[in-house]
Parts: sequence; structure tokens; C-alpha cells
Amino acid sequence: MNKKANEITEQSTWQELTVGCEIYEPGTSRLTLTGEWRSKIPVWDPEKCRHCMMCTPFCPDSSIPVTAGKRSDFDYDHCKGCGICYTVCPFGAIEWKEVH
Amino acid sequence: MSIRDRMSGNEAIATAMRQINPDVFAMFPITPSTEIPQYFAQYVADGKVDTEFICVESEHSSMSACIGAEAAGARAVTATSSAGLSFMNEMLFVAASARLPIVLAVANRALTGPININHDYSDSMAERDSGFIQIYSENNQEAYDNYLQAHRIGETADVRLPVMICEDGFITSHALENIELESDEDVKAFVGEYHPEEYLLKAENPLAVGPYGVSNYYMEARVAQAEAMKNAKRAILDVAADFEKTFGRKYGFFEEYRMDDAKMAIVIMGSSAGTAKAAVDELREAGKKVGLIKVRVFRPFPGEELAEALKNVKAVAVMDKSEGFSANGGPLFAETASACINMEQRPKMINIVYGLGGRDFTVDHTRRVFAHLEKIIETGEIGPTYIHLGQRDDRKEVL
Amino acid sequence: MAYNLKEEMSKKERFEAGHRLCAGCGAGIVCRAMMRAVDPEDQAVICNATSCLEVSSFQYPYTAWHDSYIHSAFENAAATAAGVESAYVALKRRGKIDNNCKIIAIGGDGGTYDIGFQSLSGAMERGHDFTYFCYDNEAYMNTGTQRSSATPRFASATTTPSGIESVGKKQNQKDLTQIMVAHGSPYVAQTTMIGTFQDFHEKAHKAIYTEGPTFVNVLTPCPRGWQYPPEILPQICKTAVDTCIWPLYEVEEGEYHLTYKPKNKLPVEEFMKLQGRFKHCFQPGNEWTIEEAQNYVDRKWEELLEKCN
Repeated sequence: MNKKANEITEQSTWQELTVGCEIYEPGTSRLTLTGEWRSKIPVWDPEKCRHCMMCTPFCPDSSIPVTAGKRSDFDYDHCKGCGICYTVCPFGAIEWKEVH
Repeated sequence: MSIRDRMSGNEAIATAMRQINPDVFAMFPITPSTEIPQYFAQYVADGKVDTEFICVESEHSSMSACIGAEAAGARAVTATSSAGLSFMNEMLFVAASARLPIVLAVANRALTGPININHDYSDSMAERDSGFIQIYSENNQEAYDNYLQAHRIGETADVRLPVMICEDGFITSHALENIELESDEDVKAFVGEYHPEEYLLKAENPLAVGPYGVSNYYMEARVAQAEAMKNAKRAILDVAADFEKTFGRKYGFFEEYRMDDAKMAIVIMGSSAGTAKAAVDELREAGKKVGLIKVRVFRPFPGEELAEALKNVKAVAVMDKSEGFSANGGPLFAETASACINMEQRPKMINIVYGLGGRDFTVDHTRRVFAHLEKIIETGEIGPTYIHLGQRDDRKEVL
Repeated sequence: MAYNLKEEMSKKERFEAGHRLCAGCGAGIVCRAMMRAVDPEDQAVICNATSCLEVSSFQYPYTAWHDSYIHSAFENAAATAAGVESAYVALKRRGKIDNNCKIIAIGGDGGTYDIGFQSLSGAMERGHDFTYFCYDNEAYMNTGTQRSSATPRFASATTTPSGIESVGKKQNQKDLTQIMVAHGSPYVAQTTMIGTFQDFHEKAHKAIYTEGPTFVNVLTPCPRGWQYPPEILPQICKTAVDTCIWPLYEVEEGEYHLTYKPKNKLPVEEFMKLQGRFKHCFQPGNEWTIEEAQNYVDRKWEELLEKCN
């Protein structure tokens, strides 16, 4: 039996799955790269950003990393491009562009 | 040292629960299992157990609460009957697939309709494919003994499956009989403490239970569960062996009664076996080579072992105390027949459905069944294979 | 301690990226805010009803949760939580565990207002120490926007579609928040996602740290079901509270407090016009639907103000 989610794949045998399909570690969804779903992309302008944090709680995908009261660039591996952050930014620090 | 006492099956099961002192008991009343949580509530009130005893608002919730509690790291138990078991149906499958060794006491009772409170196995037979281990009891002693073995079987590392301990509603659940109880200390030592490796309340790491499983995982998960049920066969025998060593009473998958040179046999379950044994004794006295197999463990079904036990028999009547509405016989018949299908020499086999909704089953009924089997052997004609026994009928009864 | 958005957002994330909720789904935002309300030193067990959230946040082997999580079925999140809480009490009493753990149940409106209502009512009555969050997106979204008892009157759902003979759902929604108050819960609140999330956070924190069975009802827009472009979720939530369609209030030990009173109460059509599910209400001949919707909201709002005074 594999106990780690990153060792379990769609090729795993039944013996390799966890008992009852349990998972014993936190936040393994990180292994799923939902950034691939994006049809539009938010682009952060650090120059305009005043780190007011208004965008951060509204992100449904936990894709605006915050450390010690300051945000950093988007986690594009997971951002689905919904555009909510763009609409709540009071300073025009987020653009929302078509993905080409 | 065993203690001789006199009590009902419900009290025997409640006593076993008291001795085990589970962490959580989620109850909902239904006849005839209600006494089990009633006895237990008194144990709580009297400080004889320190179980978290919760009175939930339905059987669906009692099994749901057991699932939450067991996953959280507790030993969780409940009891039910009939419609209550049916109401749990969805959650029985969830408990089994989440591999949670909950123990559920069932006082078997007929399903509606018409609504009826008496005994047959329609309730637990409807859950035979739920993934629960199912162990049936002939009397209060077996109900008690089976219950003492349940937690250890279910909690065995390569099993991890929930267990249903069945007793016959009213016949066993309410009738007072003599019983040998074991001391609280001996029971605690035999059953042991529950120490799951992973549980929701564990401090060191989280546990996630009950995922969505896409097709690429679902089948592997089901195969793993099916393998666990196969492992349960070994675990049941291991625990029974230790039980015999500890308390002196012997259990297996089924009991063979006077089967040594038997030419005719009936396969039966529960308290009816006691009645049928009296008929077997009587017929043996008269020189008839008859025997009986009482199935104790229905899930996992001991197919190979049962076929082996029936290999020298010429004719078998499989007795179903539940109607399967398959137009082809009841569930015990289906299992027994399929177990025998690859034998070199198969006995002739018929199914008799009897005792529905508490309809009497008597020594005379058993005699008639054996007389019928004798006729089959004599004539070589099997005749109808799906027969009802004991009902009023404006046609001539087959038996 | 006063609410500080920067501090809150600097906390370790407890609802991980990579879940499979739709882009812009309100439920993901709710879960993040809900988990921020659990103090960092405490553990939590999440008991989730079958829902979009469940199939998206724990698809084997990927869990979005940093805390322990259990899903067992649709109608029993509260009963499952009751079992977890009972185990917590029993194992603590027996000295088998000594960690602090908060028990949280979460379900959609289908799993809470409808099919899970009995088990929720039972668990509230028994007094387990847990908090139930309903992420109310006003229909059965996981199965494709069928009406629930939380769907507002006149909303077009796939089982109450608008048409020549229909103006959408015929009935007003069940007022579940009030029903939870009637259970005698020590803390019941209604909130949604607005501004700095102070309202959400303070209510969620109070609910989680009030002993006994507590309930938080969160209006949670669904872009697909409500038929609006995902990026306007903040506007939808704000309009819901400014029209008084979704008043923000809390009830502590039976005492009502309004936590937000709009300066200018907006007409309900401001909320309705943002969403495709109310499109038919704006067709000529259907003006009466907006009027009736307004009358209903006005009546409920007045009733609430009375309770809060």
C-alpha cells in the first residue's frame, strides 16, 4: 500500500491503494494543476499594487499567495482565471487578459 | 470462570456491550431490538459504562453517527431491526466501503408489508451485499458469544469491515434462557482495546475519508474490499479458535449436526435449527440417516466448506426464512446451490421458504421436509425446487 | 482582538488550491474563509455532505483540506458530525486524545434545507458542540440546478423552468436561519462574501467558538446555476445585502443583532437583473413578478427589523 498521494496514480494496482481510499496528509489537491482550465488570465502589476489584500480572500482557488501581509504573484499552476480578483482590485493593479 | 445466569437475547447482547464498554453508542428504538439500548441506557445511568450514548433521530442517523465516530477513532455500536435496518441501507454500504469496523446488533424482524413485528430474515438478507460481515445466532448464548467475537473480527488489520450480529427477533431477543456469561475482566481481556492506526482526531496528521472515486479507482477499491471479505474468513476462524481456548465454546462457519453419515440434510439458520435438531434426533432414533447444517456465518459465505460438508449427501433442503421474490428461491438457497455447482457429485437440492413474519416452524414441519427428501431419493425425481411451507393454500401442499 | 485583513490573509491556508470547483465558484471562497476562522493552534474535522464541494474537494487521492475530513452521504453531514463529536467527547474523557479539535459540518442548501434537514434538526436538538455551515447557492447545483426549498420565488431552475405558462419557481424559499433560531441554538448567523470579509469572519469565529450546536448560513453565488459571469460574484453578494434579499444578522442566545444596514435599500430588481435565472421577470407582462418579489423582501425585512429592535 502507498500511503502518499503522489505515489497513487491511475495505474496503481488495488494492492497499492490506501484502505478505504483514505488519505493521510493535508492538501494533496495541490498535485492537480487546475491552471490548465484557464481561458482568461489575471496579470498582477506590483507597481500599482498597494497590498490592500482586497483581492486575496475572494480568490476561490487559494492562488494569491500572501506572506506577512504582502501578496506575491499569482499561482498560475492553480488559478482558473475567474476574474474575481480583477473586479475587486480598487487600484487597477490586476489586468484580466485573454489567454492566447 | 463462567457465570450461569438467565436472560433474554437482548439482555445478553446488552451485557456484552456493557462488558466491552464501547466509546460511542448511537441508538434509535425499533421493535424488537429496542431493549438493547434500553438496558444500555440504564448501564449509563448507573455508571456501569462511560460510553457516549446518543439518542439520534433515525436509524439513518444512528449508522451515520457510528460512521463519524468510528472514523474519528472510536469503537462505535448500534442496534436495530427490520425497517430500521432498511433505513440504514445506504449507510451500511458506506460504512463497509470506508472500512469502518462498526458492530451492529440486529434483532431480525420481517420487513413490511404488511407491517409485522415478528421474526424472519428479510431485513438482514436484504443487506447481504452491503459489505457487512453477517453472523447469525441460534439462541441467547450464541448471540452473546458472537457479539464478544465481533469487534476483534471486524478490527483485524487486513479485514477492517463492519459486523452485523443477528439474533432472531422475539424468539431469541425476548425469550429468557439459561446462559453462561464470562466475567467483565475476562471479556475485556479477550476483546482488547481499539487502537486504529489512522483516525480523524489524530493529532499528528489529518485523515480524509470518503472521497469521490472515478472509474480508474473505483474498481480497485471494490476489489480491495472484496479481498478484505475473503480475509474475514480466516479472521473469523482465528477469533473463534481463541474464543474456544479462552471460554471453551466452539464456533465455526457453520455447525454440522449429526452429519457424519447423513444421506439427507437440511441447511438452516438461527433458532429454527434448535427445532429442526429435535426432529433430526427423532428421525435418527428411527434409523433415518438425516443431518443438519446450521449456517452461522452468512457473510463471508463459506461456500467451499459448505460444499465439502454436503459432498456425501444425496438430497438437501435449504431452508430460507425470508422470501427473495426471485421466483427462483431464497438467498440461502442461491448461495448454497452456487457453492455446490462445481462438485463432482452434487446432491439434489430444493429450497423451502418457511416461517415468514413469525409463522410457526415445528418439529412436524421438519419431519415433512425429510419425508420429502426421502421421496426425492427414492424416486430420483426432484419435482418443484422452490416450495413454500406452512402457509394456508387451496391447492394440495407439495410437502 | 480587532479584525485585521492582512493578518487573516497571512495565516496558513487550510483549503488548498487544486480543487475542482468551477472557476469563480463561491464555495471555494466560503471554505477558505471558514477555515481562517479556526484558530491556527486548533485542529478541525470537516464533515461534508455530498455536494459540488465534496466531489471537487476530495477526489481520490486529492484532498483540498489541510484538516481531517469525512464525507459519507448527502443527508447526514450533521449526524456524521454528531458521531465525530461524540467520539471526541468519549476519547477525551478516556484520556486517549488531548488535542483541541473543532467539529464543523458543511453542506449545500440541498443537503441542509432539504434532504439533510432531519439530521440537522436532530443534531441541533441534541446539543452537540459543533458548527454547521450551509453554503446556500439556492438550488441543487451538483446535479444541474434543480430547485430546492432554498430557491427563491421566480428563479428559473431546471425543474422550475420559465416558459409560456411559467415564471419560474412558484414558492418563496424556506427561512432556514429562523428555523435554526427556533431550535434554541446559542448562535445562528447569516452572512455572505463582502468587503474585507470581516462580517463572515467574525460570525464564523463566534459560531465555531460558541459551545453547543451553532449554525451559519452563507449566501454563495453559483455562476453556472445563477447564470452570471463569474467575475461579478462580489457585486452579486453586495447587491444581495443592499437589497435586503440576504440580510446580514446574527442571533446570540435568542437575541437578534443586525450586523449591516444598507444606507440606501436598493430595489430587488438590482439583484435580479444581474442573473439569467430571473431574465423572464424582465419580459413585458411579467412586471408583477418583480413587484411581488419586492413585497416579499420588504415584508421579511420589516419582520427582521422588528426582531432586532
